[in-house]
Amino acid sequence: MTSRVLPSLKPGPHTLIPHLVVAIGIAITAFPLWVAFVASTLSNPEIAQAPMPLLPGNQAVANYGEALVQGGRSGRILTPPVWEMMLNSTVMALTIAVGKIIISILSAYAVVFFRFPFRMAFFWMIFITLMLPVEVRIVPTIQVITNLNMMNSYAGLTIPLIASATATLLFRQFFMTIPDELVEAAQIDGAGPMKFFRDILLPLSVTNIAALFVILFLYGWNQYLWPLLIGTDARMQTIVIGMSKMIDSAGGPTDWNMVMATAILALLPPVIVVVLMQRWFVKGLVETEK
Amino acid sequence: MERKVVYPQKLLPYLLLAPQIAITLVFFFWPAGQAIWMSTLLQDPLGFSVQFVGLENFEAVLKDPAYVATLQRTFLFSFGVTALAMIPALLLAVMVDRVVRGATAYRTILVVPYAIAPAVAGALWLFLFQPSIGTIAYPLRLFGIDWNPRIDGTDAMIVVVIASAWKQIGYNFLFFLAGLQSIPKSLLEAAAIDGASEVRRFWTIVFPLLSPTTFFLLVINITYAFFDTFGVIHAVTQGGPGKSTEVLIYKAWYDGLIAQDLGRSSAQAVILMVIVIGLTVIQFRYVERRVHY
Repeated sequence: MTSRVLPSLKPGPHTLIPHLVVAIGIAITAFPLWVAFVASTLSNPEIAQAPMPLLPGNQAVANYGEALVQGGRSGRILTPPVWEMMLNSTVMALTIAVGKIIISILSAYAVVFFRFPFRMAFFWMIFITLMLPVEVRIVPTIQVITNLNMMNSYAGLTIPLIASATATLLFRQFFMTIPDELVEAAQIDGAGPMKFFRDILLPLSVTNIAALFVILFLYGWNQYLWPLLIGTDARMQTIVIGMSKMIDSAGGPTDWNMVMATAILALLPPVIVVVLMQRWFVKGLVETEK
Repeated sequence: MERKVVYPQKLLPYLLLAPQIAITLVFFFWPAGQAIWMSTLLQDPLGFSVQFVGLENFEAVLKDPAYVATLQRTFLFSFGVTALAMIPALLLAVMVDRVVRGATAYRTILVVPYAIAPAVAGALWLFLFQPSIGTIAYPLRLFGIDWNPRIDGTDAMIVVVIASAWKQIGYNFLFFLAGLQSIPKSLLEAAAIDGASEVRRFWTIVFPLLSPTTFFLLVINITYAFFDTFGVIHAVTQGGPGKSTEVLIYKAWYDGLIAQDLGRSSAQAVILMVIVIGLTVIQFRYVERRVHY
């Protein structure tokens, strides 16, 4: 019997088509980013004379400098300087990411390692928040924030977003896999609950924390509806909101070089976090969906 | 599943839970309860008198032709986003699965848009599609296509669908690739020895084995299209021109905050809540069966 050749299961000249298809996919993925970057280095007249050049111009320093220090045009007024908006976004993203990790690791610890009345009721209370995103309770949430005097404050921007089920569920799942022997050994050695948490559980959770941090940083930085509702004051604006305000939705003149420079500055931090922490990012995506 | 070895403290667990439960009660349960309560009330336009009307707000919303039109539009939008985000992702995953070298680099680049805020993604595509200057709109005009998302509802819909899908392709790609890599190579080799062509092997072996992943991604992408695309629509079209890109979330926001119709907006919020609950239940019931890999 002659052996058959199975070309498709072996790497060889056959991989040319896959590489080609993937190259096209990547080109489509990267194209908007490239055009945005090029536009951010051109002057407005250069953008307006269609077709726009597809190679960077020499206005990069001027554009980014102007955006960062002065802000962009939003209708007849200027937005705050982009560096201020980036600061707001940074505070928001970091507070949400760190806050969520802290309160959810504590509550997962309580639910998994203790027995107490209403334990499962509390767990279900946390779980149900999955089904109540901001989008479905816009008006009453604003009333609560107003009553608590938290409009236009960092507290209002961050604290309400700090509670969520996803992180708690992830930690709970991980804590379930800790062997009983480890807990017993710690107890025999006289480690109380907080010592066990700090010296054993926390170090074991490092990769989970890193994975969650990436996901939650993106979540916080990319928020839109929430800062739109709570940060109505210009000085509380995040960079994503500020960028969208520079686009004149009525079809009036828009300084596209400023918009694109701001867009690049708005997308750079989360993209850098994802690329640098890619391993944890993929882990985080997979784990939080389980 | 329960742990056998636990700590005996009685007060400590409540203290550990306190921050999360407090935030949950104040910012989730209280407003959600309010939304449900307000959905049964009718307020006169000046806000002087409030009347309990039971389910009348729901009846009014569901009978409102504008709401029904928005509902249909949301389905169309979600279908477009889901299809456009999943089909290219599957194609790319199948291709990357077959290359040995460069898979990691491809993955890195493809996943970048996932990190970008929806509103920013919307701005990038809006710029490409700007009627007079956009890099894509310009050749369209040369071909005689009268393209203007500011005036034409279909054009506007195309822009928000593309921007929303573009952001999600990398995510779907990651999960499809993981699904493909978990398929035993021996199965494919056996089928190849039996003489099954490459296309046949895909449809009879690979695609059925991928179906849990596909179903999971379907739920995730529909949820994304329903609830996470507010930024794209608000930044790019503001629901316009006319109402041609207004989806459910946008309408709930608009009616509640801009038009200040609290009863009807709350009824819409409650309908959205039911949709989220449905999607979450499907996702979790299904996940229990996904354990085998």
